[in-house]
Amino acid sequence: MLALKLAFKNLMAAGLRSWLNAIVLAFAYLLIIFFNGLMDGWNAQGKKQSIGWEFGQGQVWHPEYDPYDPFSLEDAHDLFPEVSASVPVLVRQASIYPSGRMQSVLLKGIPANQNLLELPTHNLVASNTGAIPVIIGERMASNSKLKVGDQLLMRWRDKNGTFDAQDIEIVSIFSTDVQSIDLGHVWIDLERLQGLTGYTNQATYLVSSTELEEGETGGWPHHTLGALLKPLDDLIATKKISSSIMYIILLGLALLAIFDTQVLSIFKRQKEIGTYVALGMTRWEVVRLFTFEGGAISILGAIMAAVIGTPLFYYLAKSGLQLPAASTENSGITIGDVMYPVFGLGLVLGTVVIIVLTSTLVSFWPAKRISKLDPTQALKGKIQ
Amino acid sequence: MKKIIAVLVGATALWAFSLSSELTPEEIIKKVDENMVSENRVTQSSMTIKGKRKNRVLTSKSWTIGSNQSFTEYLSPAREKGTKMLKLKEELWIYSPASDRTMRISGHMMRQSVMGSDLSYEDMMEDRELLEMYTAKLLGQEEIDGRKVFSLELNAKVDDVAYPKRKSWIDAERFVPLKEELFAKSGKLLKRVTMSNVKEVQGRWYPTKMIYKDMLKDGEGTMMEIISIQFNQEIPDYIFTKAALKK
Repeated sequence: MLALKLAFKNLMAAGLRSWLNAIVLAFAYLLIIFFNGLMDGWNAQGKKQSIGWEFGQGQVWHPEYDPYDPFSLEDAHDLFPEVSASVPVLVRQASIYPSGRMQSVLLKGIPANQNLLELPTHNLVASNTGAIPVIIGERMASNSKLKVGDQLLMRWRDKNGTFDAQDIEIVSIFSTDVQSIDLGHVWIDLERLQGLTGYTNQATYLVSSTELEEGETGGWPHHTLGALLKPLDDLIATKKISSSIMYIILLGLALLAIFDTQVLSIFKRQKEIGTYVALGMTRWEVVRLFTFEGGAISILGAIMAAVIGTPLFYYLAKSGLQLPAASTENSGITIGDVMYPVFGLGLVLGTVVIIVLTSTLVSFWPAKRISKLDPTQALKGKIQ
Repeated sequence: MKKIIAVLVGATALWAFSLSSELTPEEIIKKVDENMVSENRVTQSSMTIKGKRKNRVLTSKSWTIGSNQSFTEYLSPAREKGTKMLKLKEELWIYSPASDRTMRISGHMMRQSVMGSDLSYEDMMEDRELLEMYTAKLLGQEEIDGRKVFSLELNAKVDDVAYPKRKSWIDAERFVPLKEELFAKSGKLLKRVTMSNVKEVQGRWYPTKMIYKDMLKDGEGTMMEIISIQFNQEIPDYIFTKAALKK
């Protein structure tokens, strides 16, 4: 306890040098917590949106279907198995002609009366013009310069490869963070798509509202929610690693400063060390005192970070962080325009523990030299 | 003497036309098939893609067997020179010399435009006999660019055709189409093709200038001019292999 008291007293006596170290460490704390909180927030937000708009609680795919392989789309359709509480989706390729330009799209048929996914499919029955009602995402609408009520031509092929073309009408434009169901997608009522293409009662994949067990998928491969979310998890893990470089450098600088301070202290405070030993402290007690001094800088930094960070992070978690439009636009990644960071207790405590431990370690390193000092020489202030 | 020759030529043309007008619609499209469809062909052609500001001209050489095997090499401009395309049944491969890579084009891409033109890859490859795919109905006789033509409506009799309905205007003397309109199942006009510069090659008439217009797209269309064409040639098998793309 005496060592701790002395450590803080000495630290305060060192003045600006201690405060500068603490400020740099506080900055490292804030940066680590901010970036990780941002990534955790993105992860939580992305998963919630993906589940609500695209994945449900898992999917059952036609054996040929691979969403990353356009070659698979031609044959990935069949009479779909009976899977309880699921929504079938039929995927075909088509071309639309907005303003006389040709654009390839994925035409996805989904039951208009579904309410498993957040897509506003109830609008798919409403068109007074005779055109086929379709819904699109706002990114698709913006890229193709389309708005609600616009009519344009769509061309597709039926099951025999015969061309067909009809006017479609944009009856609704939805806003979602899940770009993979927005960009290049046109959503249409499933029954209508089955009728237009001749693929009666067929689907490409099923979205399930419950977690399915083996044997409940009617022979089609089951893709669990965990498997469907893995690309997002992997992406965020990669981002975390790449963004950690910045704060590792900052933390490294702070630790280097603590190390230097310790070396300088031991060099300048030889007489003090000698006095401590003369007064009855063992050499290892003096080592502990100096180590505490170094470690205490990290505690001081943590207090400073808490003073600045608590209101700042509370505000960010509540109001979110507006991302620049260009950074998220058309990236294909599930990411919102406003990101809400999540600062969990584990993240904050983990960061504090890591920084306090590393600071204490770099403080101990130079301090252990004290154990080799000759107290008589030290008392005389002779450099050893 | 000149007058007599002119009268004789005129009478011969009239006689030929009167004979052809007695042909059934099926016989007319059979004669068209005889001109247009061959076992194989080797073609050198130029394609002019009309743009808003300027036109792009591409020249290429193609070796084609039926509708399942085709190999095309682009000869100009410099940017496209060396680009090669290989079609084997439903698969299309493209070799780009800039990246020295061969890419496979998906089924849907086959329906996309070739090099930004109004032709899809499938349009370029189409070589099935009309008689095999369509039933024909004679709508009447008209005149296009001073030539008598039969106006025919063709309706698909098989399921696997790209265009379920066509309208064709067939030269009544040479039996080559001078104009075609291609319709979707819904009746929407998708493409219009006008053909001219009909020349006799190896005993058959063939149009050497074609203008394709995608009716759903803006623009003036794409002009295809045949520089040279040879029918029923000896084409070595290795041409239709992926290895030939990199040669």
